[in-house]
Amino acid sequence: MRPRLGGSCDSPMGGVNPTPMDDIIFPHQHILGIEGMGPEAISTILDLSESYVDLNRGRDKKRSDLRGRTVINVFFESSTRTRTSFELAGKRLGADVINIAVEASAINKGETLLDTAMTLNAMHPDVLVVRHPYSGAVQLISEKVECAVINAGDGWHEHPTQALLDALTIRRRLGSLAGLNVAICGDVAHSRVARSNILLLHTMGAFVRIVAPPTLVPAAADRLGVDVYHDMEEGLKGVDIVMMLRIQTERMRGSLFPSQREYFRYYGLDVEKLKAAKPDALIMHPGPMNRGIEIDSDVADDINRSVIPEQVEMGVAVRMACLDLLTRNVIANFDEDGSAGGNT
Amino acid sequence: MRRAFVNARLLDPASGLDQTGGLLVLGETIADIGPHIRPDQLAPDIEWVDCHGHCLAPGLVDMRTQFREPGEEHKETLDSISRAAAAGGITALVGLPNTRPVIDDVAVVEFVARRAREVKLVKIFVYGGVTKGLEGKQLVEMGLLREAGALAFTDGLHAVRNAQVMRNALSYAKAFGALIIQHPEDPDLAEGGHMNEGELATRLGLSGIPTAAESILLERDRQLVSLTGGRYHAAHLSTAEGLAVVRRAKAEGLHMTADTAPPYFALNDLEVQGYRTFAKVSPPLRSEDDRLAVVEALQDGTIDVIASDHSPHDQESKRIPFAQAEPGMVGVETLLPLALELYHKGQLPLLDLLRKMTVAPAELLGLPLGTLAKGKPADLVLFDLDRPWRLDVKGGVGKSKNAPYDGRPVQGQVRMTVVDGRIVYQVAEA
Repeated sequence: MRPRLGGSCDSPMGGVNPTPMDDIIFPHQHILGIEGMGPEAISTILDLSESYVDLNRGRDKKRSDLRGRTVINVFFESSTRTRTSFELAGKRLGADVINIAVEASAINKGETLLDTAMTLNAMHPDVLVVRHPYSGAVQLISEKVECAVINAGDGWHEHPTQALLDALTIRRRLGSLAGLNVAICGDVAHSRVARSNILLLHTMGAFVRIVAPPTLVPAAADRLGVDVYHDMEEGLKGVDIVMMLRIQTERMRGSLFPSQREYFRYYGLDVEKLKAAKPDALIMHPGPMNRGIEIDSDVADDINRSVIPEQVEMGVAVRMACLDLLTRNVIANFDEDGSAGGNT
Repeated sequence: MRRAFVNARLLDPASGLDQTGGLLVLGETIADIGPHIRPDQLAPDIEWVDCHGHCLAPGLVDMRTQFREPGEEHKETLDSISRAAAAGGITALVGLPNTRPVIDDVAVVEFVARRAREVKLVKIFVYGGVTKGLEGKQLVEMGLLREAGALAFTDGLHAVRNAQVMRNALSYAKAFGALIIQHPEDPDLAEGGHMNEGELATRLGLSGIPTAAESILLERDRQLVSLTGGRYHAAHLSTAEGLAVVRRAKAEGLHMTADTAPPYFALNDLEVQGYRTFAKVSPPLRSEDDRLAVVEALQDGTIDVIASDHSPHDQESKRIPFAQAEPGMVGVETLLPLALELYHKGQLPLLDLLRKMTVAPAELLGLPLGTLAKGKPADLVLFDLDRPWRLDVKGGVGKSKNAPYDGRPVQGQVRMTVVDGRIVYQVAEA
């Protein structure tokens, strides 16, 4: 199934009878995590993303599907990449996009998270894109607002669009996720990227290993259905994908591992350790990279195997697809209410 | 004032009494008890209450609650907790010293005592801190606080972290026969943790607290009790490993007692699913295996007491991300029906269960309460043992509503609560 690119109506948002929904069914109001998302929903997002990859590579990148829609990026934790990616995704679809960094403003005045959510809700956004340093905070917000909510990362919990863009990158390179062996390496315990990826890869039929020092493996890793390796070369043996995670600098100060030097020696990805993987194994990293700590530059910049820049590219396409799908649901809701007068 | 309670199932765990009969109250005390107290035998000037065969037991003694007054009256006051306790069949409450200001000084003890006299519903007692400011460094004036009325000493939600301070507290308290109550959780292992360490914590991306946080501190304290010969009580036990330490200490003859609270035998950590902050407590809800171990420890006597661990919180403390939310559940109104689940499931005989909420805590704290004996205060609870109903936390009388029990089907309901002969709560007749 390849969904429409053009659309049968010049103004897809306008009128009481919006554009036919084609044959896309996306049964979620929000995208809060990969958990609870079935293979069909994931495939729907990835299929639609493909069309946006083509669009983004063309000269005219602007569309009007989301004209009249408002997307608010609410970031309670600093981010450049993800915020820019969502901003670009929204703008390319024609939405009005606003960025709010809440770190220093309302929270310091004693306003609670839910007050902030209610305030934003009163401005009638169509989509809230939320990043928050605490696990579960995005879900909490979604329970209090009427619009669609996309989780752009909550604590150690989930970062679903990262897993989706990783999946798109892999799928475009290798055709399918099913049956692949993927090694996720590094600070799995504190990584929302790892959680979302484990869930997505399992849902799509891939096998997942994690490679990390014991202090960075989550407590019940065995219950996640992954194989755990503490020896990197052993863990990388025969894998199709090597997915590196970023080591958060604040973790380096604790007692989780003794030094950057030792970490790189045993868990940093370099040419030598990579030899254990399949000869054409892909190298991925969600960025930003700590070169010389978790990944060696020779590997990161290997144009034949590193797909790190491609991940960034796929990020915009995947986020466009997410915004597109969720706002289609909003249109449908308005239509059911009979309240979709004009360009609501 | 003369009042008789007739046609009751009299239950007195202290004497093992379980028979149909009546109880006569003269003024504030129990004047007589037994099968011979029947309506047709009473003098005409005695007012009588027909108990319709329901259970008449000593009023519950709840040895672990948080009053929030002084300092956080928007969460609970001595007035609201008293009314809530009365509705729960509790006739005596003991509050932790984590008020604002904290109870580490005679003046605050006297303040609470004065407010309790004004409210005058249920009996209100307090603990003093073990250390000044509950900071774990300098001991409080235990003797003076005891004289002022502090029943025992605890740093409340804080563990006494320093082994030397704990050793000295246990040792010094012996001069006054005072009990030291510990929140048994190693602060370093628990630091930054928000729920039980395990699969759900991993899935939710919440940092976990290992069960060893409890057993490590208990094991240290067991050795300190052995060293000092002090009296030690471990509050709200939640893990199989922790209970094993207490079991061993008891076998060695050490004075080491323990309580738990309904969350630890009625719920497990799956309750946290969906980031439900109402299920955030300290220590955290544990695994099903630990829950079963708590039930077993209640059966074999390792756990002496069931307390409510009542921790009222307002919405601003709970409707926030899980990691930021305050730990604690309200519990005085649900203590009896949740505890009765143990009886209805056949896990504890009724008298054994009631003992853990009446005479056991009273004896531990040196209170002449919790029995139906002649001459004792007429603190009573009348309850329908079998009545099925659904818990309604939102509709409760307490000021805060933070507990995940709404709609839970239970059996057993308080009909009437009596303190010093006064009826302080009575269910509206349907």
